[in-house]
Amino acid sequence: MRFKWLIPAIYILFLLLPIYWLVNMSLKTNDEILSVFSLWPHNLTLDNYRVIFTDASWYSGYINSMIYVTINVIISVSFALPAAYAFSRYSFVGDKHLFFWLLTNRMAPPAVFALPFFQLYSSIGLFDTHIAVAIAHCLFNLPLAVWILEGFMSGVPKEIDETAFIDGYSWPRFFVRIFIPNIASGIGVTAFFCFMFSWVELLLARTLTAVNAKPISAIMTRTVSASGLDWGVLAAAGVLTILPGTLVIWFVRNHIAKGFALGRV
Amino acid sequence: MNLNWMAWTVPTATFFIVIFCLLVAMTVWEIRRPGGAPRVGLLRFETTRGDRLFISLLGSAYIHILWLALFPALSLWWAFAFSFLYALAVFRWV
Amino acid sequence: MIAKQQNQKAWFMVLPVFLLVAFSAVIPLMTVVNYSVQDTFGNNQFFWAGVDWFRNLVHSERFHSAFLRQLLFSGIILAIEIPLGILIALSMPRRGWGVPVCLITMALPLLIPWNVVGTIWQIFGRVDIGLLGYSLTALGIDYNYTQDPLAAWFTVVIMDIWHWTSLVVLLCYAGLCSIPDAYYQAARIDGASRLAIFRYIQLPKMQRVLLIAFLLRFMDSFMIYTEPFVITGGGPGNSTTFLSIDLVKLAVGQFDLGPAAAMSLIYFLVILLLCYVFYTVMSNIGMESTNHGGS
Repeated sequence: MRFKWLIPAIYILFLLLPIYWLVNMSLKTNDEILSVFSLWPHNLTLDNYRVIFTDASWYSGYINSMIYVTINVIISVSFALPAAYAFSRYSFVGDKHLFFWLLTNRMAPPAVFALPFFQLYSSIGLFDTHIAVAIAHCLFNLPLAVWILEGFMSGVPKEIDETAFIDGYSWPRFFVRIFIPNIASGIGVTAFFCFMFSWVELLLARTLTAVNAKPISAIMTRTVSASGLDWGVLAAAGVLTILPGTLVIWFVRNHIAKGFALGRV
Repeated sequence: MNLNWMAWTVPTATFFIVIFCLLVAMTVWEIRRPGGAPRVGLLRFETTRGDRLFISLLGSAYIHILWLALFPALSLWWAFAFSFLYALAVFRWV
Repeated sequence: MIAKQQNQKAWFMVLPVFLLVAFSAVIPLMTVVNYSVQDTFGNNQFFWAGVDWFRNLVHSERFHSAFLRQLLFSGIILAIEIPLGILIALSMPRRGWGVPVCLITMALPLLIPWNVVGTIWQIFGRVDIGLLGYSLTALGIDYNYTQDPLAAWFTVVIMDIWHWTSLVVLLCYAGLCSIPDAYYQAARIDGASRLAIFRYIQLPKMQRVLLIAFLLRFMDSFMIYTEPFVITGGGPGNSTTFLSIDLVKLAVGQFDLGPAAAMSLIYFLVILLLCYVFYTVMSNIGMESTNHGGS
């Protein structure tokens, strides 16, 4: 058992190797990528990043992604909070079936819905807006948020509610003042997961946008197919999409494992 | 708001109206007789009448698809009849 | 289970979620049902086609093979990721500086946009500029994922392992962390072997999170689209065309709305059944453990 640490170490190496390769490529010129095979950049260059930060068609993609992800996280968490409370504390007609129905939407393949989504959002005049993508992503993020929050809320003893009501708190005041601070870490983790799934999704975001709200991931696929394959810029764009995720992980690092278990351990 | 793109037809509309009526009926039943009559049946886990309805509907969908796969030449009404029997069986024994 | 309070007003708290999800789920689902029984040539002109699309689909070679490929893919990645995830979680450190390092690096692949994951492996596996492809070729192994179906499968599977094993690891790790130290001390006093500890202490505690991991991994692998689409585009030939890829090809590429809708519905029914089975198993296990006075 002395070499037990080797297993995670090898696994982490396996995880980091492809990412290192991407970073490595993003720091090379396209000529160097195609001409010589090298484990590290010989002519270190930041030109690829400069292209992205100066070309509006590139950096607007990041801004668009950020906007709809933020809207989605806000909607998901604020709508899911009361719903999760209801599921964890009360029983009502059809509660189990409603919960199951919500979960099926988390499990349904987006490809099934992509087909009519375009027409649905066009007909209400929301096509190619940030709010459309944010609402579409609620399809799988809201159920997930309810699921995680319900897990965390069930861990809070019911006595807390009862004592607060005896002390004369009204429900909204109790919820904001006492309950929310109690599950603060749960809310953080939920926001993290909503961020994560909205940030990584491509199919719906691509279907629902054309120009004004086009996410960075869709811009990247366009470049892969159309232009003469500028590997360096493509790699740099990829590296830049990894950064926000890394930042967010840092904030929830202490609760991340519990969050992945959906608050139920 | 233009709804042409949804391409409604009479049969599909009927289908959804029937499903909707079933849900309303189940809700009324649940309010009249709360609890959902839970019991452990043939499948060895506890089901309420809502679960039994779901199992019936899902099973019926599979019966129709299987019918199409096995007897492509015969009418689908046969599959419908079998689904009905299946649903009765589910409500009786599951 | 704690008896919950009966309160029908709780519906009002759920209502916003219900409406928002229903808007995005029920209207498209109804539309898909409508499309599946009709034929169209564009311009919102539809013609009644009955169940023809369904009949064609259940007899179509293309759908069968896409379905089998999908099952094979999900089977392979589950068979690798679940045991590997358990192994890594068991050997992860419980305290000290290693914990945040492990957690953060392992969560990293989960937060990369799916098409970037595809791009990373597309580059990594290329024989001319990618480390993996270059090294394999240098070792004398014939590897080219754009031409050889086996190499394409290898790339897609290893990409999925890279991308998602961490989810299983983190879930199992959360389960392991919830075991009190007293259990291990008791086992040490009894002189229990490593295997016995795993079998009688760690595995039961992980049962619940493992089910969640299994459920999530199965569902997500069953609807995988973006990553293999970017890496192989479903090729070479149709060798990595999974269900979602085939569906999008049919709906967007060929604009066959009717057949695509019929396929969506059958796909959705399969998901619905599996989801129900898993959900029932999961909630029953949860009830058993509370009935026995555990956790």
